[in-house]
Amino acid sequence: MATTATVGNKSLWAGGVAPLKASYGKLMMWFFLLSDAFTFSGLLIAYAFIRWSAPAYKGNPDDFVFSTEYWPIPEKVYDAFPGVHGQEWPLVFVGLMTFILILSSVTMVLAVEAGQRMDKKGVVKWMLWTIIGGIAFLSCQAWEWAHFISGSGVATIGDVFLNGRWVEDYEIMGAGLSFNQYGPPAFAALFFFITGFHGFHVFSGVVINIITFFNAANGMYEKRGHYEMIEKVGLYWHFVDLVWVFVFTFFYLI
Amino acid sequence: MEQTSNVVVQPVDKNKIRGIWKIAGILAIITAIEYVFAFTMDAGLLRNVIFVGLTILKAFYIVSEFMHLGHEVKGLIYSVILPMIFIVWLIVALVELEGGAVKSSRGIVDYNPAGSEQVDDSH
Repeated sequence: MATTATVGNKSLWAGGVAPLKASYGKLMMWFFLLSDAFTFSGLLIAYAFIRWSAPAYKGNPDDFVFSTEYWPIPEKVYDAFPGVHGQEWPLVFVGLMTFILILSSVTMVLAVEAGQRMDKKGVVKWMLWTIIGGIAFLSCQAWEWAHFISGSGVATIGDVFLNGRWVEDYEIMGAGLSFNQYGPPAFAALFFFITGFHGFHVFSGVVINIITFFNAANGMYEKRGHYEMIEKVGLYWHFVDLVWVFVFTFFYLI
Repeated sequence: MEQTSNVVVQPVDKNKIRGIWKIAGILAIITAIEYVFAFTMDAGLLRNVIFVGLTILKAFYIVSEFMHLGHEVKGLIYSVILPMIFIVWLIVALVELEGGAVKSSRGIVDYNPAGSEQVDDSH
């Protein structure tokens, strides 16, 4: 930095300068995240397009029943909570998941902050909390998927394509990729695809967090003289949180 | 080569930590407001617009503060934000216009329980 300042007439594009004032690794992480955001945008566009062109339920929400003929009201689908039976707790569990992920994002910011102060103990502590948050989120998602797949309540009667032929008035329980008890086949397929793709990102993030956690604990970054790796991993982790904010809105609220 | 012993740990900046938790509090409050709308307001276009608006507000705080983009150079901010603005344009165009057009051209109609009273008529 100091050497480039002395060369005043140097061309901006001749190399040796950093116009964006970010290191190579951080910059590439930003552009990777941008391309990843395009991927998620594609998925959310597909979801919203299919949903927008599907029949909607226009009746009183209190009288709502599941049918394969129209798109379900999300809070009627996601109303279960572990250990609670026979009661409707709409959106409470997904609220807990959101809360966990936001908290783990906060602990990641604290890890980055500790790294900037060269505080190894702080980095290790906050990275550990971030990993715990990530694993807690994944566990919640595993429960939610299991509940979504096995289904609950009354079976939905609908025509399904099963083993190569159409079956009329089939009792649909739970959800699979080809049909589900909650709504049109695309409803569950999109749910699996998009929350699954996000969950896989969380899983990768947890793995990367664990690697950097051990590196930090072994003093690798202290020897290196900076904790920039924590900042780069932090960017990825916040992105995962960011995507969840959108998935939460489009899947569970709207 | 062994320099681990003379690493100086800088003291904690209390204001910075407080700032981080403040952003976390804002995110929690926005989510709480979303829940209030989800339970007190009927579904419709207005509610969806409110949800998307609050989501973008949350995204702004995460990207700007947690990911530190708000404190980067202008060039970096724009190279990330501008492509996303075009994506939002595409989303609005595809979902709002194309989705609606496909729905009407395919003759897909919404399900209205009032028009399906044949169940009640049977008895």
